[in-house]
Amino acid sequence: MVTILQKKVLTPQTKLMVVAAPRVAKKAQPGQFVVLRIDQKGERIPLTIADFDREQGTVTIVFQEVGKSTFMLGELKEGDQIFDFVGPLGKPIEEKNFGQVVCVGGGVGIAPIYPKAQALKEQGNRVISIIGARSANLLFWEEEMKTVSDELWVATDDGSYGERGFVTQILERILEKNSIDLVVAVGPVVMMKMVSLLTKKYQTPTLVSLNPIMVDGTGMCGCCRVTVGGECKFTCVDGPVFDGHQVDFDELQARQRIYLEEEKRALEEWELKKAEEESHYATR
Amino acid sequence: MPRANFLGRPKMPGRSVADRTKDFDEVPLGLSPEQAIEEAQRCLQCRKPKCVKGCPVEIDIPAFIGLLAEGKLDQAIAKIKEKNSLPAICGRVCPQETQCEQECILGKKGEPVAIGYLERFLADYEREQGVKPPPSVSSQGKKVAVIGSGPAGLTCAGDLAKMGYAVTIFEALHAPGGVLVYGIPEFRLPKSIVLQEVDYVKSLGVELELSVVVGKTITLDDLRDEGFAAFFVGTGAGLPSFLNLPGENLNGIYSANEFLTRSNLMRAYRFPEYDTPIKIGRRVAVIGGGNVAMDSARTAIRLGAEEVCLVYRRTKKEMPARVEEVERAEEEGVNCIILTNPVRYQGDENGWITGIECIQMELGEPDESGRRRPIPIPGSEFVIPIDTVVVAIGQGPNPVFLDSVPGLKLNRWGYIESDPETGATSIPGVFAGGDIVTGAATVISAMGAGKKSARAIARYLQNSE
Ligand SMILES: Cc1cc2nc3c(=O)[nH]c(=O)nc-3n(C[C@H](O)[C@H](O)[C@H](O)COP(=O)(O)OP(=O)(O)OC[C@H]3O[C@@H](n4cnc5c(N)ncnc54)[C@H](O)[C@@H]3O)c2cc1C
Ligand code: FES
Repeated sequence: MVTILQKKVLTPQTKLMVVAAPRVAKKAQPGQFVVLRIDQKGERIPLTIADFDREQGTVTIVFQEVGKSTFMLGELKEGDQIFDFVGPLGKPIEEKNFGQVVCVGGGVGIAPIYPKAQALKEQGNRVISIIGARSANLLFWEEEMKTVSDELWVATDDGSYGERGFVTQILERILEKNSIDLVVAVGPVVMMKMVSLLTKKYQTPTLVSLNPIMVDGTGMCGCCRVTVGGECKFTCVDGPVFDGHQVDFDELQARQRIYLEEEKRALEEWELKKAEEESHYATR
Repeated sequence: MPRANFLGRPKMPGRSVADRTKDFDEVPLGLSPEQAIEEAQRCLQCRKPKCVKGCPVEIDIPAFIGLLAEGKLDQAIAKIKEKNSLPAICGRVCPQETQCEQECILGKKGEPVAIGYLERFLADYEREQGVKPPPSVSSQGKKVAVIGSGPAGLTCAGDLAKMGYAVTIFEALHAPGGVLVYGIPEFRLPKSIVLQEVDYVKSLGVELELSVVVGKTITLDDLRDEGFAAFFVGTGAGLPSFLNLPGENLNGIYSANEFLTRSNLMRAYRFPEYDTPIKIGRRVAVIGGGNVAMDSARTAIRLGAEEVCLVYRRTKKEMPARVEEVERAEEEGVNCIILTNPVRYQGDENGWITGIECIQMELGEPDESGRRRPIPIPGSEFVIPIDTVVVAIGQGPNPVFLDSVPGLKLNRWGYIESDPETGATSIPGVFAGGDIVTGAATVISAMGAGKKSARAIARYLQNSE
């Protein structure tokens, strides 16, 4: 059990929670993740560690409400408890001075790119960051990203904020004009795929952080397997960070869809139950 | 010699196929007291009992059976518990036919005493009465960390606690029990029984910290700093093997570990009441011929698959699964496709499995394992149309903990090298046992290893004073 110390609404769909988890905080490194369960009947959901504070013993998670479990998580309040919280899992990203790096965060991927940008900055890299979302109201952490970047670029698909279009068009401009030693990208699979295709053209080394479906998160089930460089890897122990030029993104995307029907059903039944409960209270 | 000796063993009352395949409840129902006592009376009470030698934890089998035959149930179960703290589990999942019962003299002419059934009967009797908390012992004032809460870890922890050591078990998952909770299905081993056995170990004073991955959340060195003076590693053989065939990452292909974990640990068979889903197609193929394969196939039937087949490259005779389990699976409708080996998976445009291309095999000369080696018959390829595949071909050592301990000596298969008598590893104060040493084996051998290590750890701590 861990206690939620702080909760923030970052966008209409994105929430942040700071939880008290001293053991996890003590060992956490940028790039790692946790697996949590909301209650006795909950599923195990992996979430990237967005920030941590060793002294305070806290870990920050940021999540988008997309299914029943994340909606339920989003309903918890400060002071509430999360049933199980295990981590830090996976391998951290290599912290060293590569030279000039570009950090790309798309959508909720802005949260996990932040600790990576921060770590790379601390190592003395020149950090150029690009963050993007569908629309202005889905953007967050622009200020935070600024503090860990030498340059920050912003794009929205609809042009409601920053540059209109995708993060890749800004990235292409940067790659055209500068010598870049490393690109790190976190976001939706399509975005990471497009980034990797682009950087391949420029032969720029690229790291992506993958988010397949997981169960245990400790290498015990193989649910999170991905093909990297023609080899089968378990994301939870071999990753989650991999060479973007080697990842089979199409396979990853197909595997993320395995439970679409079930996820939809679970969400619908939960919404129905909630609506019933609310009307029950309303009529009392 | 009572006449009853010559009669066969009682038939274990069980649920009909039609009834049991509809749910996940336990299949064998247990002997009645009359049946149990009558069966106990069949025991010859050999002066030099061979059955005891067949038991990896050396339960005094004739003694407990003798007490049972006299109707002294409390004393009989106490006798078992001197050696085995998890009898309700062992009575259900031990392969007695290749252990104690194989040695029973009665088995030479007729049927051996049903030692497993009797063990289960007594354990269940005790549970119904309410297990008595053991007497507390004086503290030795030393802390021992046990890593992993499978049968090896639970046994080692329980025994050390009985000797007065302060034991904490660290478990990576959110529930204790190891394979007993994530692997073995409810219909063979009800989880409530595992929980009760875990509670018993806790009642001995053992602390249990769940959701702690040793090597990630905390390291061995951190634990040393926290004052732990000795360690037992019982992390199991939890790494699922795949066939490494083209198409193995298609949607609808599970490792047995994932399939069983979703169903058992996460209770996906009760989705959406429980949040974890599981996908079960109309036609399911389970690849493999061991107990894990049987558990997967029988789980698939209960999840509603219309057709379930086992694909195995040798013949039924070579299957490593218990005969009883193969029989149960076949009764429930599982179709064994033998002498058949998958060569590649076929999928559709959305990345879902549609079939397994297989090749027929024939048996050649025996290999190192003594089983006849299967050889592919060229040109015999054929396709089995399939919606869901479960790969149940074995497990290896999970590297998460091992990678975090430099200097820990491993054998050539990647398991921990340890002294078979004590569990001592290449690092002083660190002991290991169970599947992480032997590779996937049995509950009882893991318990036996936990026991030996408990004694060795106590000696180690006394000597290091
Ligand atoms: C499906 C299935 C059916 C089986 N059926 C039978 C049967 O009928 N009869 C029989 O005798 N045997 C059976 N077995 C085999 C038997 O279950 C195992 O041999 C036995 O459980 C091994 O015990 P163990 O304590 O060594 O490891 P496990 O039971 O594997 O337990 C290891 C525990 O350690 C934990 N762990 C791993 N790494 C870490 C870490 N870094 N930090 C903290 N915790 C960690 C794991 O989460 C797990 O809980 C079966 C196995 C399977 C998979
Ligand atoms: S989530 Fe189970 S192995 Fe990675």
